[in-house]
Amino acid sequence: MGANDAGFIGQSVKRKEDARFLTGAGQYTDDVTMANQTHAYFLRSPHAHAKIRAIDTSKAKAAPGVVAVYTGADLEGVNGLPCGWLITSVDGTPMKEPPHHVLAKGKVRHVGDQLALVIAETIEQAKDAAELIDVDYEVLPAAVNPADALKPGAPQIHDEAPGNKCYTWAIGDKAAVDAAFATAAHVTKIDIVNNRLIPNAIEPRAAVAAYDRAGEAYTLYVTSQNPHVERLLMTAFVLGLPEHKVRVIAPDVGGGFGSKIYLYAEETAMVWASKRVNRPIKWVCERSESFLSDAHGRDHVTHAELALDKDGKFLALRVHTIAAMGAYLSTFASCIPTILYATLLAGQYTTPVIYCEVTASFTNTAPVDAYRGAGRPEATYVVERIVHQAAAEMGIAQDDLRRRNFIRSFPYQTPVALLYDTGGYDATLDEAMKMADVNGFPARKAEAAKRGKLRGIGYATYIEACGIAPSNIAGALGARAGLFEAGEVRVHPTGSVTVFTGSHSHGQGHETTFAQVVATVLGIPVDNVDVVHGDTGRVLFGMGTYGSRSLAVGGTAIMKALDKIVAKGKKIAAHLLEAAEGDIEFKDGKFTVAGTDRSKTFGEVALTAYVPHNYPLDKLEPGLNETAFYDPTNFTFPAGTHICEVEIDPDTGVVHIASFSACDDFGNIINPMIVEGQVHGGVCQGIGQALLENCVYDKDSGQLLTGSYMDYAMPRAGDVPSFKVATKVTPCTHNPLGAKGCGEAGAIGAPAALMNAVLDAMAEAGIKHFDMPATPHRVWQALQAAPSA
Amino acid sequence: MYAVEYQQAKSVADAAALIAKTNGRVLAGGQSLIAAMKLRLAQPGTVIDLAGIPELAAIRKEGGALVIGAMAKHADVASSAEVKGTIPALAALAECIGDRQVRNMGTLGGSIANNDPAADWPAAVLGLDATIVTSKRKIAGGDFFKGMFETALGADEIITAVSFPVPKKAAYAKFRNPASRFALVGVFVAQGADGSVRVAVTGAAPSVFRASGIEAALAKSFTADAAKGVKVDASGLNTDLHGTAAYRAHLVAVMASRAVAEAAG
Repeated sequence: MGANDAGFIGQSVKRKEDARFLTGAGQYTDDVTMANQTHAYFLRSPHAHAKIRAIDTSKAKAAPGVVAVYTGADLEGVNGLPCGWLITSVDGTPMKEPPHHVLAKGKVRHVGDQLALVIAETIEQAKDAAELIDVDYEVLPAAVNPADALKPGAPQIHDEAPGNKCYTWAIGDKAAVDAAFATAAHVTKIDIVNNRLIPNAIEPRAAVAAYDRAGEAYTLYVTSQNPHVERLLMTAFVLGLPEHKVRVIAPDVGGGFGSKIYLYAEETAMVWASKRVNRPIKWVCERSESFLSDAHGRDHVTHAELALDKDGKFLALRVHTIAAMGAYLSTFASCIPTILYATLLAGQYTTPVIYCEVTASFTNTAPVDAYRGAGRPEATYVVERIVHQAAAEMGIAQDDLRRRNFIRSFPYQTPVALLYDTGGYDATLDEAMKMADVNGFPARKAEAAKRGKLRGIGYATYIEACGIAPSNIAGALGARAGLFEAGEVRVHPTGSVTVFTGSHSHGQGHETTFAQVVATVLGIPVDNVDVVHGDTGRVLFGMGTYGSRSLAVGGTAIMKALDKIVAKGKKIAAHLLEAAEGDIEFKDGKFTVAGTDRSKTFGEVALTAYVPHNYPLDKLEPGLNETAFYDPTNFTFPAGTHICEVEIDPDTGVVHIASFSACDDFGNIINPMIVEGQVHGGVCQGIGQALLENCVYDKDSGQLLTGSYMDYAMPRAGDVPSFKVATKVTPCTHNPLGAKGCGEAGAIGAPAALMNAVLDAMAEAGIKHFDMPATPHRVWQALQAAPSA
Repeated sequence: MYAVEYQQAKSVADAAALIAKTNGRVLAGGQSLIAAMKLRLAQPGTVIDLAGIPELAAIRKEGGALVIGAMAKHADVASSAEVKGTIPALAALAECIGDRQVRNMGTLGGSIANNDPAADWPAAVLGLDATIVTSKRKIAGGDFFKGMFETALGADEIITAVSFPVPKKAAYAKFRNPASRFALVGVFVAQGADGSVRVAVTGAAPSVFRASGIEAALAKSFTADAAKGVKVDASGLNTDLHGTAAYRAHLVAVMASRAVAEAAG
């Protein structure tokens, strides 16, 4: 698409969806109420690890209003929940995949593990009945910390996974890395913890399941980021239902951040039960339940070493990570600390050899899976923390050390599998340094010192891989699904358009961004384009939204469908204009015979397609409706620089963010306002991880200590500064939009930038290491224990 | 929430009669009780709502004291010209409780009757040596708070108002728990009309207490530095995910010094 054809592309069109969201007209799963509806409540384990000796549901079944009570024993013929990615260990054995029962059988393995489904006329009756279920537990010791779970003598969680090990996987040339370390002038070592996070989308998970006897078909409304994937996994792998007899609808969804990608036990049990009770069933997760049962994020323990020559050139990187899987393998758990993590360890740098080994352990905690960034924040955190430390140790300026190692020639093959197609890392670093007024930092630091404050500045020059993914490459790496996307463009007789996309919007603004793309290509007003998503009954297929893939992959599928619309339109126009098809040009909504003023509007062509009185019916079908599937040829590689400046109050340990500057390269941008909003949200989440959020389980009992907002600290508006954001553009080379994706960048760059700033501020107290989150108490303790305290 | 009977009292006497009849719980603003009921952590058979007794929400000057009705909402106190003109520290304290929704529902009486270890109001009551007026008697602030979630209130006793003596100077400094935004440590400092200094601390211990070491230092010199220089004993203070006893002890002195600076300013 040339500059002259920009149309609505690059304009901050106001979001079409906002009117309904802001006026309370959004339709979420909990807004779905069906006639004769029942209510579900799940009884959950109060123990982190226990044998279930017996469950007695007789009193619950007899309680007022109870329709049915089911336990694991009732789900005969129902399989466990599957994991969508097979990781193979270094010894060639497949990862351990212990069963993940829809309702627990034999054992419970984390606090919140679901073991009975109670269905009643009202939710209060279901809860009352659940209290009458008598479970005889034999409480077992729990393994909570991902590293401790691997130690000899740790409590054994699954018989199928000896020593609680799911896999040990590796990437890179170990021998070459060892050899490079032997020649290093300087080696920087770091031990870091990537703290476990609880996602906390504003809308908790929810589902409404109904069975229709007439059509022998099921309908499931569910808070999902990918309803087709949900349906495929549920029908083919777990319930054994005919896929075409199940319709999954993900209506308006209030945030996901990854936590709504997965096939969860609750909706699966409800679909199964809906036929048995022959009534619709509704379940809405309560916030406390979300804390216990949503898939969590991160939870890595890492040792890393960086070898440098005397000039600060990176020679090799060696990383060993232990990653928690939680009690069971969630849908994509296995690929997050491997495929989406270790492949990013090159960062923006020319490090010639890298070796990374990852051991995944089972723990008596909620499952861990993708959370905004999914592996890439963890990789960026390792790389940027160690680069920061190396620069400090060698006395090289932070930007200088990075520049000495930037990749500047593209395409660039990293030593960890990825092929970067394009990028411009100097440009984003230069701009971010200008925005952050790096030159003025020493004066600001001196001024802060006069007020008794410690001031620091931190950099993160990050990269991510988005637009997942070429299906054949993903398949070779263990993916058990394709990763294409589907789109359909339906032109109506009057020329308005409905677009069906397999991407799902749960806050991203697709209804606007995709409409801008379509309106631009067809030369029609944005208001004439509606976007439909999230319904397997209306959308042909879809892999859904995660990994910042929607525009790069879903948008491209729509572009390909649009190509077909335009091609067919040219045929119709050629007929109407009595010209050769090859002479027809389409521009600004008009089909024109090249070099003449003879033309037909898009609307005229659309009408002709549906009222084909004067139409080449012998050669061309009537109608104007096209579908396309798009499988990307490579990942996309958004990258940028985030610079954070903080001030620490040593009296209280409070870290105040003085400024945060982000310059990102997302490729071509369709709607700058939406992109800016995505950056703001992502940075807020990154700041949340670095400053506040920390999921803590008691190390002995396995009880969740941060089980509500009383103890789990979410970032508030007052915790974040007014951001400075900018973009630079190197268009993606392998999709027609030149788009790379922007949804996760903030959460990827921010934690490292912020923590490097905290460490820079603490350096004057002699502190070299500090883990997230930088809460006031932890910062104060570190300062008390500091060498110069 | 378990099934519950709801009764609206027409007067304080009516409320007392309903308590006697139903053995129910008094409902003020509901910002703790309703939340506990929703989590099924509290199961009163009956709640007796005081919201229909308008005289309980009155705020008035009475001699050398500011009398605030038990059902006055935090937002009412925060915006009251009477409070701002008489004891501005109380308006400021009320303004920093919870969020806007909580302040528009939560009440002074409900807060002190609940005596949450991290609540703000107990610090003001103790710090100003206020008197709690109940349906039966008057209780000195120093005698009212008995321990975590415990007070001197009898089962059928209802707080009607709190009488705050007007100080010469007063201020409240709150260090928020990063998660709950309750007081991790909150310090109310007051210099009374007679010049005596009281320093009351909330959030740091199982119940509100007076920091005698800081009071002594401030009696000698009512300055921020005097407060900050006091080494507060950490024994008996709370340790949890958000702060050790040592951290809280340190913060008591820091927050006291900030309150003094505010009060003096």
